[in-house]
Amino acid sequence: MQAIAADLFKALSDPTRRTIFEWLARDGEQTVHGLTARAGVTQPAVSKHLAVLKLARLVRDRREGRETHYSAQPRALVPLIDWMSHYGVFWRDRFDRLETLLNKMDK
Amino acid sequence: MTNPTAPTRTLVVEKEMPYPPEKIWRALTQAPLIEAWLMSNDFQPVIGHKFTLRTKPMPNWSGIIDCEVLVVEPNSRLSYGWESMGLKSVVAWILTPTKSGTHVRMEQSGFRSEEDASYKGASYGWQKFIGGLERVVEGLD
Repeated sequence: MQAIAADLFKALSDPTRRTIFEWLARDGEQTVHGLTARAGVTQPAVSKHLAVLKLARLVRDRREGRETHYSAQPRALVPLIDWMSHYGVFWRDRFDRLETLLNKMDK
Repeated sequence: MTNPTAPTRTLVVEKEMPYPPEKIWRALTQAPLIEAWLMSNDFQPVIGHKFTLRTKPMPNWSGIIDCEVLVVEPNSRLSYGWESMGLKSVVAWILTPTKSGTHVRMEQSGFRSEEDASYKGASYGWQKFIGGLERVVEGLD
């Protein structure tokens, strides 16, 4: 679980990868060529970004003839959402502890 | 494509506490007291001081937070940078005296990745991405 989350954070820490992921999530399946035309970087660079996204399970690939098609797997984002909501629970718990401490402290 | 007016994600927790601001300030700024309610730490109330908060690792979280003191206004405002697993945010404490004690407000804002900060002209900000995330996940069955 820890390893999956680490891959996920790493994959999404790069702005170009977030952009590519958003395109796929919003516009559906696309080829490496199509993504390269939009991204304004070289095809090897796009392929490298896609490999990192794939490792984090954020995208899935499918070969058809000479083209590889990529599609987004938004379910892979769930650990990240868990992590965000974790902070809400975290701070409420710490507020309770803070009050307990204040109650025990001298004036 | 950078949008400086993109809404920042802010988490707010606030509570009225029946204690004076001076007392709450001590709990927020003295290392042994911070440890009692937050985490083990090497905090000092000095602007620019870098410190670490440590707790037990949890699933999806290393339990280590790298911080830097940003604002120290005794009995009133305290703020520090809060970075964990490459995501940067800012934690701010605002103490407002009331008739019966103190209104304590904690804001954690501006979740973004380390690379955004140094990557000027980056096309997609982390905040914007996070903002869209929940929508994406809500759409899942």
